[in-house]
Amino acid sequence: MTATIESPRSGRIAPQYRRHGGSRGNFEMIAWLFMRLSGVVLVVLIFGHLFVNLMVGEGIHAIDFGFVAGKWADPFWQVWDLTMLWLAMLHGTNGVRTIINDYAEKDSTRRWLKTVLYSATVVIIVLGTLVIFTFDPCPVVNGVPLPGGFCPA
Amino acid sequence: MPTKPAGTLYRGREGMWSWVGHRITGVVIFFFLLVHVLDTSLVRVSPEAYTAVIGAYKNPLMALGETGLVAAIVFHAFNGLRIIAVDFWKKGAKYQRQMLWAVMGLWLVTMVAFSIRHLSLALGGH
Repeated sequence: MTATIESPRSGRIAPQYRRHGGSRGNFEMIAWLFMRLSGVVLVVLIFGHLFVNLMVGEGIHAIDFGFVAGKWADPFWQVWDLTMLWLAMLHGTNGVRTIINDYAEKDSTRRWLKTVLYSATVVIIVLGTLVIFTFDPCPVVNGVPLPGGFCPA
Repeated sequence: MPTKPAGTLYRGREGMWSWVGHRITGVVIFFFLLVHVLDTSLVRVSPEAYTAVIGAYKNPLMALGETGLVAAIVFHAFNGLRIIAVDFWKKGAKYQRQMLWAVMGLWLVTMVAFSIRHLSLALGGH
Protein backbone atom coordinates (compact mmCIF):
# COMPACT_ATOMS: atom_id res chain seq x y z
CA MET A 1 0.00 0.00 0.00
CA THR A 2 1.35 3.43 -0.91
CA ALA A 3 0.36 6.69 0.57
CA THR A 4 0.89 10.01 -1.10
CA ILE A 5 2.13 12.60 1.29
CA GLU A 6 1.87 16.17 0.10
CA SER A 7 4.70 18.59 0.65
CA PRO A 8 4.05 20.54 3.80
CA ARG A 9 1.88 23.62 3.26
CA SER A 10 2.28 23.56 -0.53
CA GLY A 11 -0.61 25.50 -1.94
CA ARG A 12 -2.65 24.95 1.18
CA ILE A 13 -1.93 28.04 3.21
CA ALA A 14 -5.05 29.20 4.99
CA PRO A 15 -6.11 32.65 3.74
CA GLN A 16 -5.33 34.40 7.01
CA TYR A 17 -1.69 33.31 6.82
CA ARG A 18 -1.05 34.36 3.23
CA ARG A 19 1.48 37.12 3.03
CA HIS A 20 0.52 38.36 -0.43
CA GLY A 21 -2.46 40.34 -1.52
CA GLY A 22 -2.94 42.08 1.81
CA SER A 23 -4.54 45.49 1.76
CA ARG A 24 -1.29 47.18 2.80
CA GLY A 25 0.72 45.71 -0.06
CA ASN A 26 4.44 45.86 0.60
CA PHE A 27 4.35 49.24 2.34
CA GLU A 28 6.17 47.96 5.44
CA MET A 29 9.00 46.51 3.33
CA ILE A 30 9.38 49.81 1.47
CA ALA A 31 9.38 51.66 4.83
CA TRP A 32 12.07 49.29 6.17
CA LEU A 33 14.21 49.82 3.07
CA PHE A 34 13.65 53.60 3.18
CA MET A 35 14.97 53.74 6.77
CA ARG A 36 18.23 52.12 5.69
CA LEU A 37 18.73 54.10 2.46
CA SER A 38 17.77 57.47 3.97
CA GLY A 39 19.85 56.63 7.06
CA VAL A 40 23.07 56.33 5.05
CA VAL A 41 22.40 59.60 3.21
CA LEU A 42 21.45 61.38 6.45
CA VAL A 43 24.73 60.40 8.12
CA VAL A 44 26.59 62.27 5.36
CA LEU A 45 24.19 65.25 5.24
CA ILE A 46 23.93 65.78 9.02
CA PHE A 47 27.63 65.23 9.76
CA GLY A 48 28.39 67.74 6.99
CA HIS A 49 25.81 70.17 8.41
CA LEU A 50 27.26 69.91 11.94
CA PHE A 51 30.85 70.24 10.72
CA VAL A 52 30.27 73.31 8.57
CA ASN A 53 27.99 75.08 11.09
CA LEU A 54 29.71 74.24 14.40
CA MET A 55 33.31 73.12 13.82
CA VAL A 56 34.65 75.57 11.22
CA GLY A 57 35.82 79.12 11.94
CA GLU A 58 34.02 80.72 14.90
CA GLY A 59 31.60 77.81 15.16
CA ILE A 60 28.24 78.58 16.70
CA HIS A 61 29.09 82.27 17.22
CA ALA A 62 29.10 82.80 13.47
CA ILE A 63 25.48 81.70 13.09
CA ASP A 64 23.10 84.61 12.48
CA PHE A 65 20.86 85.90 9.67
CA GLY A 66 23.90 86.72 7.52
CA PHE A 67 25.25 83.19 7.92
CA VAL A 68 21.98 81.71 6.60
CA ALA A 69 21.87 84.27 3.79
CA GLY A 70 25.43 83.33 2.83
CA LYS A 71 24.64 79.63 2.68
CA TRP A 72 21.34 79.90 0.80
CA ALA A 73 22.85 82.23 -1.78
CA ASP A 74 24.42 79.00 -3.06
CA PRO A 75 22.08 76.42 -4.68
CA PHE A 76 24.40 73.70 -3.36
CA TRP A 77 23.39 74.43 0.26
CA GLN A 78 19.74 74.93 -0.72
CA VAL A 79 19.65 71.43 -2.20
CA TRP A 80 21.65 70.07 0.77
CA ASP A 81 19.25 71.55 3.34
CA LEU A 82 16.13 70.64 1.34
CA THR A 83 17.24 67.01 1.01
CA MET A 84 18.18 66.91 4.69
CA LEU A 85 14.78 68.36 5.69
CA TRP A 86 12.75 65.87 3.67
CA LEU A 87 14.79 62.77 4.46
CA ALA A 88 15.13 63.58 8.18
CA MET A 89 11.42 64.35 8.59
CA LEU A 90 10.29 61.22 6.74
CA HIS A 91 12.89 59.05 8.55
CA GLY A 92 11.87 60.49 11.92
CA THR A 93 8.16 60.25 11.20
CA ASN A 94 8.46 56.61 10.22
CA GLY A 95 10.49 55.93 13.37
CA VAL A 96 7.89 57.56 15.62
CA ARG A 97 5.12 55.74 13.69
CA THR A 98 6.84 52.45 14.57
CA ILE A 99 7.06 53.46 18.24
CA ILE A 100 3.36 54.43 18.31
CA ASN A 101 2.44 51.07 16.75
CA ASP A 102 4.57 49.30 19.39
CA TYR A 103 3.31 51.00 22.53
CA ALA A 104 -0.22 52.34 21.88
CA GLU A 105 -2.42 49.31 22.29
CA LYS A 106 -5.87 50.80 21.66
CA ASP A 107 -6.85 51.30 18.02
CA SER A 108 -8.30 54.72 18.73
CA THR A 109 -5.16 55.85 20.61
CA ARG A 110 -2.93 54.73 17.74
CA ARG A 111 -5.07 56.51 15.17
CA TRP A 112 -5.16 59.71 17.21
CA LEU A 113 -1.39 59.76 17.86
CA LYS A 114 -0.62 59.07 14.21
CA THR A 115 -2.99 61.82 13.07
CA VAL A 116 -1.10 64.28 15.29
CA LEU A 117 2.25 62.93 14.02
CA TYR A 118 1.36 63.14 10.32
CA SER A 119 -0.12 66.63 10.75
CA ALA A 120 3.09 67.84 12.39
CA THR A 121 5.15 66.21 9.64
CA VAL A 122 3.20 67.89 6.83
CA VAL A 123 3.34 71.30 8.54
CA ILE A 124 7.11 71.11 9.17
CA ILE A 125 8.01 69.80 5.69
CA VAL A 126 5.83 72.38 3.90
CA LEU A 127 7.05 75.22 6.15
CA GLY A 128 10.72 74.25 5.81
CA THR A 129 10.47 73.84 2.04
CA LEU A 130 8.78 77.25 1.65
CA VAL A 131 11.41 78.89 3.86
CA ILE A 132 14.27 77.52 1.76
CA PHE A 133 12.67 78.51 -1.56
CA THR A 134 11.25 81.90 -0.55
CA PHE A 135 14.22 83.08 1.53
CA ASP A 136 14.91 86.77 0.95
CA PRO A 137 18.28 88.19 2.09
CA CYS A 138 16.76 91.69 1.87
CA PRO A 139 13.28 91.55 3.40
CA VAL A 140 11.28 94.76 2.86
CA VAL A 141 8.13 95.74 4.77
CA ASN A 142 6.05 98.68 3.45
CA GLY A 143 8.93 99.80 1.26
CA VAL A 144 11.40 99.86 4.16
CA PRO A 145 14.16 97.25 4.34
CA LEU A 146 14.18 95.47 7.70
CA PRO A 147 17.30 96.06 9.83
CA GLY A 148 19.86 93.29 9.63
CA GLY A 149 19.06 92.38 6.04
CA PHE A 150 21.54 92.28 3.18
CA CYS A 151 20.31 94.65 0.49
CA PRO A 152 22.03 95.63 -2.76
CA ALA A 153 23.45 99.11 -2.44
CA MET B 1 5.21 27.53 39.08
CA PRO B 2 6.02 30.09 36.41
CA THR B 3 3.74 33.07 36.65
CA LYS B 4 5.18 34.96 33.69
CA PRO B 5 5.96 34.00 30.11
CA ALA B 6 9.15 31.97 30.04
CA GLY B 7 11.08 34.48 28.00
CA THR B 8 11.06 37.36 25.61
CA LEU B 9 12.89 37.92 22.37
CA TYR B 10 15.44 40.23 23.96
CA ARG B 11 17.14 39.40 27.24
CA GLY B 12 19.27 42.42 27.93
CA ARG B 13 22.88 42.65 26.83
CA GLU B 14 24.17 44.45 23.75
CA GLY B 15 21.32 43.61 21.38
CA MET B 16 18.54 44.96 23.58
CA TRP B 17 20.36 47.97 24.99
CA SER B 18 21.48 49.19 21.56
CA TRP B 19 17.83 48.93 20.46
CA VAL B 20 16.70 50.93 23.53
CA GLY B 21 19.41 53.53 22.88
CA HIS B 22 18.45 53.78 19.22
CA ARG B 23 14.78 54.43 20.09
CA ILE B 24 15.48 57.03 22.77
CA THR B 25 18.06 58.95 20.72
CA GLY B 26 15.73 58.79 17.70
CA VAL B 27 12.83 60.37 19.57
CA VAL B 28 15.09 63.06 21.07
CA ILE B 29 16.49 63.94 17.64
CA PHE B 30 13.00 64.03 16.08
CA PHE B 31 11.65 66.52 18.61
CA PHE B 32 14.74 68.71 18.24
CA LEU B 33 14.26 68.59 14.47
CA LEU B 34 10.72 69.98 14.79
CA VAL B 35 12.00 72.86 16.95
CA HIS B 36 15.01 73.45 14.68
CA VAL B 37 12.88 73.85 11.53
CA LEU B 38 10.65 76.29 13.44
CA ASP B 39 13.57 78.40 14.72
CA THR B 40 15.18 78.46 11.28
CA SER B 41 11.84 79.57 9.80
CA LEU B 42 12.24 82.86 11.68
CA VAL B 43 14.52 84.01 8.83
CA ARG B 44 11.21 84.66 7.01
CA VAL B 45 9.91 86.81 9.89
CA SER B 46 12.84 89.22 10.17
CA PRO B 47 16.64 89.12 10.37
CA GLU B 48 16.49 90.43 13.95
CA ALA B 49 13.94 87.81 15.08
CA TYR B 50 16.13 85.01 13.73
CA THR B 51 19.36 86.37 15.17
CA ALA B 52 17.71 86.97 18.57
CA VAL B 53 16.28 83.45 18.85
CA ILE B 54 19.41 81.75 17.51
CA GLY B 55 21.27 83.77 20.17
CA ALA B 56 19.51 81.54 22.73
CA TYR B 57 21.65 78.65 21.44
CA LYS B 58 24.82 80.51 22.34
CA ASN B 59 24.80 80.44 26.15
CA PRO B 60 26.87 77.99 28.21
CA LEU B 61 23.91 75.85 29.32
CA MET B 62 22.76 75.40 25.72
CA ALA B 63 26.33 74.50 24.73
CA LEU B 64 26.00 71.48 27.01
CA GLY B 65 22.58 70.74 25.54
CA GLU B 66 24.00 70.88 22.00
CA THR B 67 26.78 68.53 23.04
CA GLY B 68 24.17 66.11 24.38
CA LEU B 69 22.15 66.39 21.18
CA VAL B 70 25.23 65.70 19.04
CA ALA B 71 26.05 62.73 21.31
CA ALA B 72 22.57 61.35 20.53
CA ILE B 73 22.96 62.01 16.79
CA VAL B 74 26.42 60.41 16.59
CA PHE B 75 25.24 57.29 18.46
CA HIS B 76 22.12 57.02 16.28
CA ALA B 77 24.23 57.46 13.13
CA PHE B 78 26.89 54.87 13.97
CA ASN B 79 24.42 52.38 15.46
CA GLY B 80 22.21 52.87 12.39
CA LEU B 81 25.13 51.84 10.17
CA ARG B 82 25.56 48.81 12.46
CA ILE B 83 21.89 47.90 11.96
CA ILE B 84 22.37 48.12 8.19
CA ALA B 85 25.39 45.82 8.49
CA VAL B 86 23.36 43.35 10.60
CA ASP B 87 20.63 43.35 7.93
CA PHE B 88 22.69 43.28 4.74
CA TRP B 89 26.10 41.79 5.60
CA LYS B 90 26.20 38.00 5.64
CA LYS B 91 28.11 37.90 8.93
CA GLY B 92 26.35 40.95 10.39
CA ALA B 93 24.22 39.10 12.94
CA LYS B 94 27.18 37.03 14.09
CA TYR B 95 29.33 40.08 14.79
CA GLN B 96 26.59 42.44 16.05
CA ARG B 97 28.17 42.61 19.54
CA GLN B 98 31.64 43.39 18.30
CA MET B 99 30.13 46.00 16.00
CA LEU B 100 28.37 47.65 18.96
CA TRP B 101 31.71 48.01 20.74
CA ALA B 102 33.13 49.50 17.55
CA VAL B 103 30.17 51.92 17.52
CA MET B 104 30.86 52.90 21.13
CA GLY B 105 34.57 53.37 20.41
CA LEU B 106 33.94 55.55 17.36
CA TRP B 107 31.28 57.45 19.31
CA LEU B 108 33.76 58.18 22.11
CA VAL B 109 36.49 59.38 19.75
CA THR B 110 34.02 61.55 17.80
CA MET B 111 32.51 63.03 20.96
CA VAL B 112 35.89 63.84 22.53
CA ALA B 113 36.88 65.69 19.36
CA PHE B 114 33.50 67.43 19.00
CA SER B 115 33.27 68.43 22.67
CA ILE B 116 36.76 69.94 22.77
CA ARG B 117 36.10 72.01 19.65
CA HIS B 118 32.48 73.00 20.33
CA LEU B 119 32.83 73.75 24.05
CA SER B 120 36.00 75.77 23.60
CA LEU B 121 34.23 77.82 20.90
CA ALA B 122 30.93 78.13 22.78
CA LEU B 123 32.33 78.76 26.27
CA GLY B 124 35.47 80.64 25.29
CA GLY B 125 36.02 84.38 24.94
CA HIS B 126 32.82 85.92 23.63
